[in-house]
Amino acid sequence: MAIQFRHKPGLVVYLTAGDPSLDATRAIALGAIDAGADVIELGVPFSDPLADGPVIQRASERALARGTRLKDVIALAREIRAARPEAGLVIFSYFNPILRYGLVRFADDAAAAGADGVLITDIVVEEAQQYLAEMDRVGLAPIFLAAPTSPDERLEAIATHSRGFVYAISRTGITGKQLNLTDDAAALVARIRRWTRLPVAVGFGISNAEHVAQVGEFADAAVIGSAIVDLIERSTPETSPGAVVRFIKGLQLQPAALAR
Amino acid sequence: MASVILPSATSDTSESQPGRFGIYGGRYVPETLMAALVELEHEYAAAKVDAAFQAELALLLKDYAGRPTPLYFAKRLTTQLGGAKIYLKREDLLHTGAHKINNALGQALLAQRMGKKRIIAETGAGQHGVATATVCALLGMECVVYMGEVDMARQELNVLRMRLLGAEVRAVSSGSKTLKDAISEAMRDWVTNVRTTYYLLGSALGAHPYPTMVRDFHRCISREMKEQILQKEGRLPTAVIACVGGGSNAIGAFYEFIPDRQVRLIGVEAGGRGTALGEHAARFRGGAPGVLQGTFSYVLQDDDGQIAATHSVSAGLDYASIGPEHAALHDSGRAEYVSQDDTATLDAVVRLARTEGILPALESAHAVAEALRIAPMMPPHDILVVNLSGRGDKDMGILARELQLPGA
Repeated sequence: MAIQFRHKPGLVVYLTAGDPSLDATRAIALGAIDAGADVIELGVPFSDPLADGPVIQRASERALARGTRLKDVIALAREIRAARPEAGLVIFSYFNPILRYGLVRFADDAAAAGADGVLITDIVVEEAQQYLAEMDRVGLAPIFLAAPTSPDERLEAIATHSRGFVYAISRTGITGKQLNLTDDAAALVARIRRWTRLPVAVGFGISNAEHVAQVGEFADAAVIGSAIVDLIERSTPETSPGAVVRFIKGLQLQPAALAR
Repeated sequence: MASVILPSATSDTSESQPGRFGIYGGRYVPETLMAALVELEHEYAAAKVDAAFQAELALLLKDYAGRPTPLYFAKRLTTQLGGAKIYLKREDLLHTGAHKINNALGQALLAQRMGKKRIIAETGAGQHGVATATVCALLGMECVVYMGEVDMARQELNVLRMRLLGAEVRAVSSGSKTLKDAISEAMRDWVTNVRTTYYLLGSALGAHPYPTMVRDFHRCISREMKEQILQKEGRLPTAVIACVGGGSNAIGAFYEFIPDRQVRLIGVEAGGRGTALGEHAARFRGGAPGVLQGTFSYVLQDDDGQIAATHSVSAGLDYASIGPEHAALHDSGRAEYVSQDDTATLDAVVRLARTEGILPALESAHAVAEALRIAPMMPPHDILVVNLSGRGDKDMGILARELQLPGA
């Protein structure tokens, strides 16, 4: 199943799998899809998340403390896929857990579970040869990050090798909240579009309806991670799905005209 | 596993392609850092062949840091052990008290050449932090050092030194609160301020070009060793011994001897207080190939690829991964890697202090401990060169406690 954005802008929701529990993550993901999330990124918790800010660091620690493993995240993907066949589903991870699991085995299992794509934070195109071959073999979309610091020749390689969508990082820095979107984001999206017709999603620091509307002016989708993970941290396992649903409904997503 | 995903080894140690040592090394970083790493690679390549840059560095290494360091024949220790002759390469005599100043000077000059005015660094034992704070004071640059809370407590003297030198020391309270977490936090700063900031990484670790560049800045250790031992003994040593945390002093001590295959190269990892995962930092005994903090190397990790906790009495060796060039030297068999535990290390500190009047850093004492173990089994014409990478003044708090010194 291909990744499709049914809203303008589309919404990608990042969740750290296993925070506060795998059951809670499943309930939150299903609620988020029903409330309008086009794509769920299931984050594999990692002990040393160097690209993440404090909110996702703490979520990873909580998930690991509950014993969440990569195989559990793949199993969770399978359950979400079975329950919501139309939603986009991406497994989001640092490289080492996948390397340890075995890249070939991971590709097989993630594809069999019904995931659409994979995003590995610390894999850049130069180091991606085997990874790309495996993704291609099993039909999973490799999604690469593009940064405001990426020169055009890197953006060309990123855009050429990405499938599903390209993830544009709104600003230099780690994941987490910010007050205003910088001009970096719009300029980056415009540069990416020179090389691809894939949808472009903008993430890092997107935390409210105003941000999402701003992103909608120049990109195809917004990624919300830390703001939702923060909401989950401040809720109980029982109340977090409802809180996330209310948050997403508050974003006032508009259905996309069914083009393409 | 490794060969499934990465290019295969071509030679035992030389870079099989830029930034690759056999199958190890590479660049596993967030995309935001890639442009900066590529720029650094080019700037370093230019500086390497820039005579003015090299002359400035050579002058500072000589007049400011105190190179060349002596190669000292430890006569009393040799006599007591009754085996191989033991020489000590006295990196502990360098300004700031350890080999770290070699690399800090080199990279700070490079940062200056690149027009960067803000320097960040991580530190474990604090020696790299002190060296970085020192060169930043010398060159008039802003300096921020990340250090784990556990390490700040056990290396308090170095924290005070850095602050006196004008650096800002930022406590890292995430994860194990040691070197690994300090590196992650420094990388988070760098990814945020990459346009203005130079990351002065302190070991032969991380993404390309760091492992190559840091090694090059420490090559002077083995270059001097070789000249000095040939002058004193007229032949090469039987073995060179160095402690290995990230591996900067060891790769500096090994590098010029790699082609001399008759010279054994012995790296000593931290055996800590036990053999279970979490009790030591012996990557070649308990680790497996993996990716941590930008490079592919041996990593202490659990079955799920989560990075394991480590323990060593020495903060500088207390790290879950090891420089990628050491991983290649290990796999090819060109270098041997052993471990010494906390107890043997503390014994070695006392032995060297009371036999030669030299107080080694706890890190370097791991190498001394290995020399104490093997020298008696070797014939008297054999020669051991121990890289005494740092001095132990910084460790007096730990030593007073561990050795229950009177008055402590």
